[in-house]
Amino acid sequence: MKKPKVRNGKILFSEYTLGEGVRKALTLSREDILFEIKDSKLKGRGGAGFPVSTKWMLGAAAIAERKYIICNADEGEPGTFKDRVLLVEYPELVFEGMVIAGYAIGAKFGILYLRGEYEYIRKSLQDFLELMRKENLLGKNILGKEGFDFDIKIHLGSSAYVCGEETALIESLEGHRGEARNRPPYPVNTGFRGMPTSVNNVETLSCVPHIILNGGNWFKNFGTEKSTGTKLFSISGDCEKPDVYEWEWGITIAEMLEKVGAKNTKAVQIGGASGICIPKSQFNRKIAYEDIPTGGSIIIFDKNRDMLKILKNFMEFFVEESCGQCTPCRIGNTKLLEGVKMIENEKYTFAYLDKLKDLGKTMQIASKCGLGQSSPNSFISILENFKDEIFYHENGDANGK
Amino acid sequence: MENKGNGRAPVSQKPHKIELPLHPEYIGGSVKVQINEKEIIVPLGTTILEACKKNNIHIPTLCHHDDLCIAGVCRVCVVEIENMRTLQASCAFPITAPIKIKTATPMVRKARKNIIDLLISEHYGECYSCFRNNNCELQSLAKEYGVDHYNFGHVQKPRFKIDNSSYSVVRDMDKCILCKRCVRTCIDLQEVGVLEAIGRGDSTHIGTFFDKQLSDVICINCGQCINRCPTGALRANDPRDEIWRAIDDPKKHVVIQTAPSPRAAIGEEFGLEAGHSMTGELNTALRRIGFDKVFDTNFTADLTIMEEGTELILRLYNALVKSENLNKIPQFTSCSPGWVKYLEHFYPQYIDNLSSAKSPQQMFGTLIKTFYAQEENINPADIVTIAVMPCSAKKFECNRPEMVDSGFKDVDFGLTTRELAQMIKETGIFLPELPKSGFDEPFGEASGAGLIFGATGGVMEAALRTVVELVTGKKVENLFENANITPVRGFEGIRYVELPIEEVGDVPEMYKKYFSNWNWLKGATLKVAVAHGTANAKKVMENIKAGGIFSECHFIEFMGCPGGCIGGGGQPIPTNAEIRAKRAEAIYKEEEGLPIRKSHENPHIAYIYENFLTDGPCGHKSHELLHTKYIKRGEYIA
Ligand SMILES: Cc1cc2nc3c(=O)[nH]c(=O)nc-3n(C[C@H](O)[C@H](O)[C@H](O)COP(=O)(O)O)c2cc1C
Ligand code: SF4
Repeated sequence: MKKPKVRNGKILFSEYTLGEGVRKALTLSREDILFEIKDSKLKGRGGAGFPVSTKWMLGAAAIAERKYIICNADEGEPGTFKDRVLLVEYPELVFEGMVIAGYAIGAKFGILYLRGEYEYIRKSLQDFLELMRKENLLGKNILGKEGFDFDIKIHLGSSAYVCGEETALIESLEGHRGEARNRPPYPVNTGFRGMPTSVNNVETLSCVPHIILNGGNWFKNFGTEKSTGTKLFSISGDCEKPDVYEWEWGITIAEMLEKVGAKNTKAVQIGGASGICIPKSQFNRKIAYEDIPTGGSIIIFDKNRDMLKILKNFMEFFVEESCGQCTPCRIGNTKLLEGVKMIENEKYTFAYLDKLKDLGKTMQIASKCGLGQSSPNSFISILENFKDEIFYHENGDANGK
Repeated sequence: MENKGNGRAPVSQKPHKIELPLHPEYIGGSVKVQINEKEIIVPLGTTILEACKKNNIHIPTLCHHDDLCIAGVCRVCVVEIENMRTLQASCAFPITAPIKIKTATPMVRKARKNIIDLLISEHYGECYSCFRNNNCELQSLAKEYGVDHYNFGHVQKPRFKIDNSSYSVVRDMDKCILCKRCVRTCIDLQEVGVLEAIGRGDSTHIGTFFDKQLSDVICINCGQCINRCPTGALRANDPRDEIWRAIDDPKKHVVIQTAPSPRAAIGEEFGLEAGHSMTGELNTALRRIGFDKVFDTNFTADLTIMEEGTELILRLYNALVKSENLNKIPQFTSCSPGWVKYLEHFYPQYIDNLSSAKSPQQMFGTLIKTFYAQEENINPADIVTIAVMPCSAKKFECNRPEMVDSGFKDVDFGLTTRELAQMIKETGIFLPELPKSGFDEPFGEASGAGLIFGATGGVMEAALRTVVELVTGKKVENLFENANITPVRGFEGIRYVELPIEEVGDVPEMYKKYFSNWNWLKGATLKVAVAHGTANAKKVMENIKAGGIFSECHFIEFMGCPGGCIGGGGQPIPTNAEIRAKRAEAIYKEEEGLPIRKSHENPHIAYIYENFLTDGPCGHKSHELLHTKYIKRGEYIA
């Protein structure tokens, strides 16, 4: 089954025939699959960048009556929409990635945790699963492989940002409040219903069929030494061609801006609200796990933007989206937002702002989950990188020279 | 023993399950870690906090509680682990590898200080206007970390309305620090599940179903949440003002009854270690406060045994001999109002199994406004009765609309141990130094059987002492050394005991109108069980539902609170297993020394059946005054 090609990319946005990946995978042993993935050095695309092979090997080694593969399609980070593109245009990659993961780990159950706002694509995804069942890419004895059963269910989230965090996602799947769990134990050991569970991002799983088809070594041809393969970027903000792009890891910010027709750019927010804000002076930096890692959200701000307003917007987001269970994140974000408002109202002391930055550092190390740990990033980076604009009201364009 | 982490809490809050070898000394059973440079060996899966406690390394905590499952939310207990990017909550981190831990690095200290500062910034009110002043974990932490001003500001306006709709539990969410101990208590320790976090981010708060007020949800009033609240967010509904008013009113005759458990615990409010019984000192204090009469609830505990024991014998007779009302066996005790309401909500179909006998508190209330008023020639309208109880549910119980058999409200106020301690302090008395004194007539001193009602298993033991003697005609001492029926004692969540009745004696006079001999019990085996804490009660009830061994029991003692009354929701704070065990020990010790240790041997009991309840236990008059009815509440009637 071929589809008209609408996008161009070296790996994910390339040609692919339904069933290829799974067919090849089932000719290999589980160990071989884990080896290929290890060889490819594929890292998680959901933000944390955890090596996929490590997670899967732990999952494969775990002894349990049931295991689960969860595809994290909660895509809640402000400014990312690349998982949606994969789900709409390349569902075969996502689902086959799950099947292969199931085969490698020894899981029979797959769950796609779909962001609440993506309800409108649920039907087409379900139809696609039905098609895969017909083709015996799902179901019992897949493609004739005796004893390998795997099926996928779709679970619709309720649109809380924190439910993208893998343990909160599992809580939500179990019917509890979306709150992050204590780790350890990690989901690969004690996950959904207490069973070993591998949670992977949509894009991570989508890489898998290609790696199985072409080998881990081939995958390493793309990207950098430490960041192999390509990455999908959701580009939005002040540019001519906002869209989802597939580029190799290691691309610099300047190159990116060039490609999407961004002019007069003052700052780029990398990694969404929980990411960091990069000023012009650092546009030669690379997007890679070893320099600036990201889940793929790129928001471009040109010289007309007010950085304080942007920061306020981010902080409002966190004050609302914190799950509210742990102290540093629940109250800390409120305090950081108050700080932003103080600056806005010109009622602040630098001493107090320093205290808040110090608080931000506590939040980064003492919060229970990644949300609280990353929420002070933009506060710290924007106040640091744009102090001329924010405190001395200098022309935005002159900032971050 | 109790229910920690076995209830309905999410998996995430349960202790990490780790497959351990049979013995910690086998390979893989323990692990060597470094804490502050010192090497120690701990069993695999020990949390960092536990490991530190065992090695006398202090780590501050707030959301952690020994009785509860894990939360890891306050983040006050964070520590540094080598090669980990972030700090880890020591209460939640199971040691499974040879890690290196540091508990007081600059980073750790700074983080803790910042977190405490944050909590304080949102903690509305001032310490000196708070009833938990000097017994508040947030306050102690602030002191420990040298907080001397509000680093991140301080809330100026209340954000919530105080919910004092419940007779028992008052919730002031402005004092809440979201440690979720109450949530975990309610859903996991007690398996009731009334409280949960609601909302997200800065609007997160602890609430009930649809944020209804507490009186409108299925709260059983056990007050266990109060005992575990680190701050002043939860308290019992305090009647002190009204009681003072009654005492100060010369027209009122103010009578107080004291339950056994407060005596075993009130010393803690005066700085004593747990486990000192203060019966005599307390009596003196109550007189000095200005109560006109001081009575011993144990008297009506004895009366309860007579009524409930007789009821049991009659139910057994009906079931075994006449094959009637089989559904009323097993008989359930009804003296714990938390348990009673739990059953009314969760197992309303079993309402007929509850003994119809009122609790000792309510029996006493009725008797004071009838028998006592008559004997002393006082107008019952002028009598105010107060019950000192270890319990918050007793406040609800005395307000149940059916509790007016004397023609008045039988018990006017339930007063907790904590509130009474406050009244004593307000009077300017230091309790431990008072001379001892006894109880007032006409009820006088009660038997030891009434005293042990305070600990889990006590009602069962008291009932067995009486029933066994009445049926066999032999002394309990022949069966159990020193009349201590130890199989029903202890703190295991559920206990099951079988007692074969090999011989029977003569039928006592008071039962001759029902049957002429005990032969129908000869050779039978009496099966009884004891459960404490509603989570354990639930296990027993589910077993009964499924037709398991408990469905074959004849009599089951249920207590709403872990440990029984000594662990009640009105007892001094803090509470933990060790404290509860010491309180129980104090009760058993005091009991051993009492001259009368069986309810049926209490001469005041004989007197009241001869002169007032003249048609005997479960007779017409006692049915009118001492027995009650229950409501099939289910989920909807609060
Ligand atoms: C607040 C928060 C939100 C997250 N949201 C997402 C998300 O929407 N999608 C996603 O794939 N991962 C998200 N993650 C990361 C996941 O926790 C997890 O690391 C990821 O699903 C693992 O998959 P990967 O290894 O394939 O990246 C989020 C993490 C945090 C802390
Ligand atoms: S860091 Fe924030 S989102 Fe994560 S557990 Fe804490 S309060 Fe919840």
